[in-house]
Amino acid sequence: MSLMIIFYLLSAVTLATAFLTVVSKNPIHSAIYLVICFFSIAGHYLMFNAQFLAVVHIIVYSGAIMVLFLFTIMLMNLNEDEEPHKPILSKIAAVISFCLTAFILLATYIKAQPIIEEYTVLGEDYQSIKVLGKVLLNEYMIPFEFASVLLLVSMIGAVLLSKKEKLA
Amino acid sequence: MQNYIYLSTLLFCVGVFGVLFRRNAIIMFMSIEIMLNAVNLLFVAFSTYHQDAQGQVFVFFSMAVAAAEVAVGLAILVSIFKNSGSIDIDNLKNLKG
Repeated sequence: MSLMIIFYLLSAVTLATAFLTVVSKNPIHSAIYLVICFFSIAGHYLMFNAQFLAVVHIIVYSGAIMVLFLFTIMLMNLNEDEEPHKPILSKIAAVISFCLTAFILLATYIKAQPIIEEYTVLGEDYQSIKVLGKVLLNEYMIPFEFASVLLLVSMIGAVLLSKKEKLA
Repeated sequence: MQNYIYLSTLLFCVGVFGVLFRRNAIIMFMSIEIMLNAVNLLFVAFSTYHQDAQGQVFVFFSMAVAAAEVAVGLAILVSIFKNSGSIDIDNLKNLKG
């Protein structure tokens, strides 16, 4: 019962801060709301008992990605509300499409029949760091190595993109 | 479990709404992050539901891809800002034929 209350609280925080991220005028406020949103998602991971994933989520998203975002915002000096407004028509269109997407997806899921009716705990260890490491380095060895190549390539790409152009 | 499907759906819709609603490119990137996180949350939910670690491994890869995407995307944004002086996406019409 208390788990349900925590779940509803966390969900309310997640959805509210995600929405505030989208609608707030100041980009720095958006970034702060996004940090809160990520922390509440990490709370959801903790409720699934996926501690390692929660910690990695906090480190990667709230640590690395949000610092990148904040650096970029400060680099561009966007802290004043100078952005021009979209035409009202496209805002109305965005709201309508948001409502339609949410309505259709929720209606689909409410009508859907789940294959497994009840969630039961088997008592089997399936998500500790030990098990995850074994799965990651046995079955997913090749994708794991390619992920490191991807990170290297993206790092080189970011450096190349943001350095001054002298060659052209 | 049902509740997590609804939560992820709503979170994803908020992300879509953000991409459509704003014209500031940084906020659009943040909305994309929200969408990625909604899908990650659903992956973890189903991984717990089926008691299988593979969903969580997939979430790791998705996080790595998200980090790479953000790094490259923000570098592109910075160079756009240096060239055109704004990050309003409606100004980026140079490729229009």
